[in-house]
Amino acid sequence: MSNFFNPILVVVLLLNLFVLGTSRITSVIRGVAIQGALIGMLPLLLPGHVSRGAFLMAVLTIVLKGVVIPVMMNRALRDVEIKREVEPVIGFQASVILGALGAVWALLFAGRLPLTEAHADSLVVPASLATVLTGFILLITRFKALTQVMGYLVLENGVFIFGMLLVQAMPLVVEMGALLDLFVAVFVICIIVNHINRAFSTLDTRQLASLKE
Amino acid sequence: MSMAPLFLIFPAVAAVLAALIPSNRWRPWLLPVAGTLHAALTGVALVRPEPLSPTAWLALDPLGKVILLVVSLLFLCCSYYAAGYLRSRSEQPNRVFCICLLFFLSTASLVAWSRHLGLMWVAVEGLTLVTAPLIFFNHTQQSIEATWKYMVVGSVGIALALLGTFFLAYSAQHAGHGASLMVSDLLQHAPALSKPWLHAAFVLLLVGYGTKMGLAPMHTWKPDAYGEAPCVVGALLSGGVTSCAFLALLRAYHISVAAGEVAYVCRLLLFMGLLSMATASLFMVGQRDMKRMLAYSSVEHMGILVLGLGLGAPALFGTLLHVVNNGLTKGVLFLSAGNIHRAYHSKSTEQVSGAMQRVPLSGTLFFLGFLAITGSPPFGPFISEFLILNGAFRSGRMVVGALFLVLLLIVFIGMGATVLKIVQGRPSIAARKTSYRDTVLSGAPILALLVLVLLIGVILPAPLAALINDAVRYLEGQP
Repeated sequence: MSNFFNPILVVVLLLNLFVLGTSRITSVIRGVAIQGALIGMLPLLLPGHVSRGAFLMAVLTIVLKGVVIPVMMNRALRDVEIKREVEPVIGFQASVILGALGAVWALLFAGRLPLTEAHADSLVVPASLATVLTGFILLITRFKALTQVMGYLVLENGVFIFGMLLVQAMPLVVEMGALLDLFVAVFVICIIVNHINRAFSTLDTRQLASLKE
Repeated sequence: MSMAPLFLIFPAVAAVLAALIPSNRWRPWLLPVAGTLHAALTGVALVRPEPLSPTAWLALDPLGKVILLVVSLLFLCCSYYAAGYLRSRSEQPNRVFCICLLFFLSTASLVAWSRHLGLMWVAVEGLTLVTAPLIFFNHTQQSIEATWKYMVVGSVGIALALLGTFFLAYSAQHAGHGASLMVSDLLQHAPALSKPWLHAAFVLLLVGYGTKMGLAPMHTWKPDAYGEAPCVVGALLSGGVTSCAFLALLRAYHISVAAGEVAYVCRLLLFMGLLSMATASLFMVGQRDMKRMLAYSSVEHMGILVLGLGLGAPALFGTLLHVVNNGLTKGVLFLSAGNIHRAYHSKSTEQVSGAMQRVPLSGTLFFLGFLAITGSPPFGPFISEFLILNGAFRSGRMVVGALFLVLLLIVFIGMGATVLKIVQGRPSIAARKTSYRDTVLSGAPILALLVLVLLIGVILPAPLAALINDAVRYLEGQP
């Protein structure tokens, strides 16, 4: 692993806490965009992985996660005219603490999983698990549809980080497919968000409660 | 040359055609054409199997064959039904609906053909994406809510499945065999795979693909999505998408068992199976909405499949046969429930009664479908559920077997109460005035599915038995 790998992952971990702690939805979008662009660069730092295909993938990932999706999200946000997340199930400070505890747990748990020699001192596994957990916290505790989408993106970022251990196992076609799926998923979700807003005049998912037992 | 590209490309071409045809009236007829062609191709692929190459990404192994057969038969019947359904809903634009249905066929075939777990993941995620607009077809507030839940819960599940897939690849890399996601590589190196990674991978794959199957407690999207989607979509979701997700789980099971982790995975599978069955039976009792009732029945049957898998070798034949039975019977139930829904403009037992009088054919088929799915002889599910029960007792798991029986009984009573309210009695005045009547297009596909279910129960066609025996041998590691 290169010298830059772990510092970037530390920044990713800090961004997790930032995203959990802020109530402004634009800040959440910006935090997730920076995180996405940072992890998009990771494959280029892997030794012996600089090929045309890898370069193309990295550029695509950075453009999608760092530019296209945030622009789509910001546009959706402007259309619905909301600025702040309402007070979540677990408060903002409490969720930061929860996220930090999650990161500690991830470090401890990753210690129990055996790593190959080449990966022994890297932060990939704990960073990945902590990011997945952050995504879960956002998804479960927030009420605005857009913040929940950001939670899904953070979760996806966590899975992507783990993928760094397996670059040779994931052929380009599959990587492309996964990226395309992510993009279409966000696209479909944006359409639904738009419909939710038109039909319910709100993006508060607590209003989506007519279907239950 | 392999047939695989044909299966993927021709539905996609049909989808492009569907996008180009301007007429709302003629476009839906592409569906039966594609469905018939797909069934014919499937027939050829099953009758003349190609030798299974271990390096091919796309190849049809015995497990894939079973799933491809279910998807193809179900889609064939649904496509004719859909043509009639869309004609009666001509006021609603159906371009996106037709395109998505055709892409459904393409991605579902890709799942069945995939021998690469990464590609399989892409296909299952694709399946989620193309079915979301289908659930949204009616554009009501409830259908938005259902689609939202389906997308959010489904996407999270599928993301966990991807993490599980990565873990599996890393368990091979750690063993020094180089990371690979080819099913054949993983099976070959299975005994050497790193155990801690394999355990974590299996849990993630079970939760991830289990979410797509609708196992409790990840089933929350299911009653909403099945309740609000048009019935033909409900049939394809409960018979097609769930079977595809089950295939992904079968792959994980196969690799874990080959790695010698039978005890570990079976405990998890038995627990999840019983939990799903118990949850479903709880919500089925007193259920007033007939489509939500069918959704819980689907949760129950996913539980039965996972339970059967957890019982291991003695119940494998029954479990794989149940995949076929469940897929076809769910088709009967959802499509006939759709006809009843159209006749009454309601899916609640408060308004729906006397379906046998109002729509005699659909009402009868719905009732027979209920008898079939709850495991009454002489229908197919009776045989497969009996084989699973038999497997439980033969493997010495008396408590599991007893719980299985009790839960089946509760479901039978709960579901029976709702179904009897729907089919018996006298239809209300309002329901007599609606315009829907049973027609050939809305009745014949259901009848065809029911005949298939009956055939499996009465004679169990030898080719099908051979197909499933092959799959069982493949799972047990004797190619």
